[in-house]
Amino acid sequence: MPSQSALHPAGPQAGRIISLWWMMFYVTGAVFLIVMAFLVAALARRRRPYAGEAADVPDVRPEAARERRMSHVVLTGVGLTVVILFVFLIRSYVTGRALDSLHEQDHLTVKVVGHQWWWEVSYDNSTAAYTVTTANEIHIPTGRPVLFKLTSTDVIHSFWVPNLHGKMDLVPGHENVTWLKADQEGTYRGQCAEFCGHQHAHMAFTVVAEPYDKFKAWYDAQLKPAAEPVNPSQAQGRQVFLSSPCVMCHTIRGTDAGSRVGPDLTHVASRGTLAAGTLENTRGHLGGWVVDSQKIKPGNRMPPNNLEPADLQALLDYLQSLK
Amino acid sequence: MSARPNIDVSNLPTFAFGHRPLTWWCTWSLILIEGGMFVVIFATYFFLRTPVPDWPPGVAYPRPFWGTVNLVIILVSCLPNHWAKKAAESLDLRGVRVWLAVMIVFAFAATAVRFVEFGYLNCRWDQNAYGSIVWVSMGAHLLHLVTDVLDSIVLLALLIVGPVEGTRFTDASENALYWYFVVALWVPLYVIIYWVPRWM
Amino acid sequence: MAEEPLKRELANDEALAEEVADEHERRALEKTWGDEPGFWGWLASTNHKTVGKRFIYTAFGFFILAGILAVLMRVQLARPESTFLNPDLYNQIFTMHGTTMMFLFAVPVMEAVAVFILPLMLGARNIAFPRLNAFGYWVYLFGGIMLWVAFVMNVGPDAGWFAYVPLSGPEYGAGKRADFWAQMITFTEVSALVVATEIITTFFKLRAPGMSLNRVPIYCWSVLVMAFMVFFAMPTIAWASACLMMDRLIGTHFFNPAEGGDPLLWQHLFWFFGHPEVYIIFIPGTGFVSTILSTFSRRPIFGYTALVLSLVSTGFIGFGLWVHHMFATGLPRLGESFFTGATIMIAIPSGVQIFCWIATLWGGRPRFKSPMMFVLGFFFIFVIGGMTGVMQGAVPVDLQVHDTYFVVAHFHYVLIGGAVFPLFGAFHYWFPKVTGRMLGEKLGHLTFWVMFVGFNLTFFPMHILGLRGMPRRVYTYQPHLGWGDLNLLASAGGVLLTLGVLLFIVNALRSLRAGVLASDNPWGAATLEWATTSPPPAYNFLYPPTVDSRDTLWTQPADQPVVVGLRSDVREVLVTRTLDAEPDLKAEFPDSSIWPLLAALATTAMFIGTIFTPWAFPVGMVPIFATLTGWFWPKKRQAEERPPEEVKQKHGKRYYKLRGQES
Repeated sequence: MPSQSALHPAGPQAGRIISLWWMMFYVTGAVFLIVMAFLVAALARRRRPYAGEAADVPDVRPEAARERRMSHVVLTGVGLTVVILFVFLIRSYVTGRALDSLHEQDHLTVKVVGHQWWWEVSYDNSTAAYTVTTANEIHIPTGRPVLFKLTSTDVIHSFWVPNLHGKMDLVPGHENVTWLKADQEGTYRGQCAEFCGHQHAHMAFTVVAEPYDKFKAWYDAQLKPAAEPVNPSQAQGRQVFLSSPCVMCHTIRGTDAGSRVGPDLTHVASRGTLAAGTLENTRGHLGGWVVDSQKIKPGNRMPPNNLEPADLQALLDYLQSLK
Repeated sequence: MSARPNIDVSNLPTFAFGHRPLTWWCTWSLILIEGGMFVVIFATYFFLRTPVPDWPPGVAYPRPFWGTVNLVIILVSCLPNHWAKKAAESLDLRGVRVWLAVMIVFAFAATAVRFVEFGYLNCRWDQNAYGSIVWVSMGAHLLHLVTDVLDSIVLLALLIVGPVEGTRFTDASENALYWYFVVALWVPLYVIIYWVPRWM
Repeated sequence: MAEEPLKRELANDEALAEEVADEHERRALEKTWGDEPGFWGWLASTNHKTVGKRFIYTAFGFFILAGILAVLMRVQLARPESTFLNPDLYNQIFTMHGTTMMFLFAVPVMEAVAVFILPLMLGARNIAFPRLNAFGYWVYLFGGIMLWVAFVMNVGPDAGWFAYVPLSGPEYGAGKRADFWAQMITFTEVSALVVATEIITTFFKLRAPGMSLNRVPIYCWSVLVMAFMVFFAMPTIAWASACLMMDRLIGTHFFNPAEGGDPLLWQHLFWFFGHPEVYIIFIPGTGFVSTILSTFSRRPIFGYTALVLSLVSTGFIGFGLWVHHMFATGLPRLGESFFTGATIMIAIPSGVQIFCWIATLWGGRPRFKSPMMFVLGFFFIFVIGGMTGVMQGAVPVDLQVHDTYFVVAHFHYVLIGGAVFPLFGAFHYWFPKVTGRMLGEKLGHLTFWVMFVGFNLTFFPMHILGLRGMPRRVYTYQPHLGWGDLNLLASAGGVLLTLGVLLFIVNALRSLRAGVLASDNPWGAATLEWATTSPPPAYNFLYPPTVDSRDTLWTQPADQPVVVGLRSDVREVLVTRTLDAEPDLKAEFPDSSIWPLLAALATTAMFIGTIFTPWAFPVGMVPIFATLTGWFWPKKRQAEERPPEEVKQKHGKRYYKLRGQES
């Protein structure tokens, strides 16, 4: 299962952040223990007998010498606080600089557009023919920084892969950028981190970090148009797709379906999950999703589809062939 | 009376002017709150202005004639306002009545001109964000004009039909203070609405 | 009359004669200051204690309601992929929980306690602008009811307590849900602002003679800072919510990126209010802590000046932090570093306060009464919350933990730790003053321990959940993410925390029926609210007190002077000078009145009307204006007809004389 945790960094940025966090954890932990120790000592320490004790008479003129001593201690405490905060401030600034220093001339650029409730992913390329568009699954080569350009066409979302880096919002009308770099091969789960409505909980994606060769192979495969049907059932499935409401929203490159409202399905079978990380990509899940996605992810934008059983099976045959 | 040691306050006055009566604190509270509101409104204007190369975006400049007329009216109204305040503080009932009435005429004129002004802004509130902030900030100031006209009328009625308590003079003085605030709001707003698009 | 023989009999005894005079005064004051009898009189009350109690009970009611929502959420999240709540309902519930807790509980309850306690602590007969006070309460009540009725009718807001556009905007916030939210803001902000006005004026003008600014109890300073923060924070949210309403209702484009607006404008405006809001809640909490600590340490608070300066500087710094809620929105990095500095800087005044309180304990003789227990629990919880706050001030850390359960844990540690625990301490502390009966001490201790353990069990695991990648505001999560066990633990803790609150309610109800009767000053405290009976009479003090020090009840001699010469046939109060609190004026407060309620009803009609049509605004102004005129129109009885010349003669000379003295 893909990991989603800030505690297990797989890239330099998440690594720097978590080491900053641990440093702060140890220092503030020590401060906490010291403050609590003083508190307990203040409550439990033995006191000299006091004339008014029995009658509960308040001590309106506390002993001046002790008050002075206490104010020295308080001032020392404040001084130490200031010093610690300065250390934090500087360390935080240094880490922040390091996070932004990944720029490299030769980098991959990935555009991510947030939608309610899925991620549109496209790989920038000066030649339109080399632009890959997919959804909810981002492949990146390990060891190379990747520039992400983030925006949204509806509400605000936030792009977050905790194993790799902190989050960056996708704000309509703005383009934000963030850099990711994965040192270790692996699959990392990301999730929308800004509340974006009904299915905010089910707006996940995966980042697949793999060696460059594997990445290149994946990229080349994604560039191709959709696979042609190789048997009658798949052919019928394509017919079902093109004659049903599916085409109103989805693209399958190489066919007449070209709408960009929902995720691009050209290589849907190559992806690990369905419905933005909600379901594992199996035939059963796919069927259930096509027929009544509202049961699985209530409120999502895909309407239910009333298909004849034979048509449904054909459609699934076709969709599963879109590797 | 208690035989305990005491401070006898029976001879203290029941009203005063300046920061001594509670009313002054209420007026200033209102001024701080409303003033804060206008600061935020101005900030919003410049926040929306900053990223846009052309300002006003896609519409003509607002025409400043009626706004300038209103600036003159509102600035001149400071005179009767000043006299009304002075009359109140010297407990001159006739003076307060007269100058307050004059002040109401000015405030009413300013309100009427404001409605004309909207026709010369060359934009609509639902056209774009520029139109929205221009209309709404003008409207917010209009609300202050209307409020002040109305509460001045009530105060004048009270001063005429009585009973005239000492605190009524405090009220008249505070009313004048509030009008100064409404004047003070219009000056920067006038500059922002009519001249900032031309200058910035 | 029965008094006559009584009088004759006692006339030769000077002390008893004095008592008779006192009794006369008491009856006259009771007649003048008391609420009118009956339901009408109940509605018309402008007494700060009556209104304050209503305010506290209402706010506590909203606390319970929002707490029930929290329990529902914990049930839903206890297991992965639970179907107990559907996403639509869950989103409404977490929005209502946050909105109710922040706007209908935390800020109002802090103001409510101030409305009750502040005039007593300052030695005043009532709060300044008592009719405004009643109006503030009604507006708050109606706004809260409106929001909850909308929720019950399935038009509860569902875009979070922060209502980010465009999700709450015209295009994506369908129906009237976001409008009810925005209008609730208008209600509560009007209420908060009028109460802040009263607090500031009461603080500066109605203090007992002798209570110069350097003798004002710390609690009063804390509510003063709160009131000023309300002044500067609330207009921003008022403007923001007005813009949101207009975007939704009349087609303005403040937040519409397609027409030159900007969704980030909302975030700036919201957090410029939203962050100070946290301190608006927390600062009175520190006031409770200082008060309770001093009383139960049996000594004056250590570092009075440092504490006051810390409060004031927290108030200022609180306005410089809002961008730390926006570190992930892609703002320029340089600006973010500035806000990191400002954010962690707030730890300095907080540190000063913590150190001074520990010094107070160190140099005192702690008594472990139930209010004190809540304060000790506060130390533990709040310091943890402060530490995680400093962590998040660092931009890199914030980018990871922002909008995760780590933040949920953090702000519950600071808000429940910093405000709710001290508030429960304050409930236990002032219960005898408010009701005249003591709370059960044993049950009070039990309440504390159950709440303390329950709280930490609920919220501590959330730190770890956040670091392990669990975002906020998700209605469910998948089993393979491994968040199930800690969530279950948190839910179990929630049960315990709920139980703690229930124990408090049981204790309060039991004590109301059969609690031990409270003496005037059961804790042996130092401030003026303990100088009158428990509960205090309508007029607070038979003779307004004077003070000789910060801890006046501990230091003043038996023959400390009192104030005499205020009329008892009208509601006359003593106004003192701003800095040195020397007697300055006698002001007449208005009688009880139904007009504030009518004005609040007119205001409510206008506010709710504008949810549906913009025309409700101009039309609704008419009844508001009419009721306000009724409100301010003086009664003949109250103001005797005096020709101005006479007024001038009587007061003019003295006025100029006094002004001459002052300058």
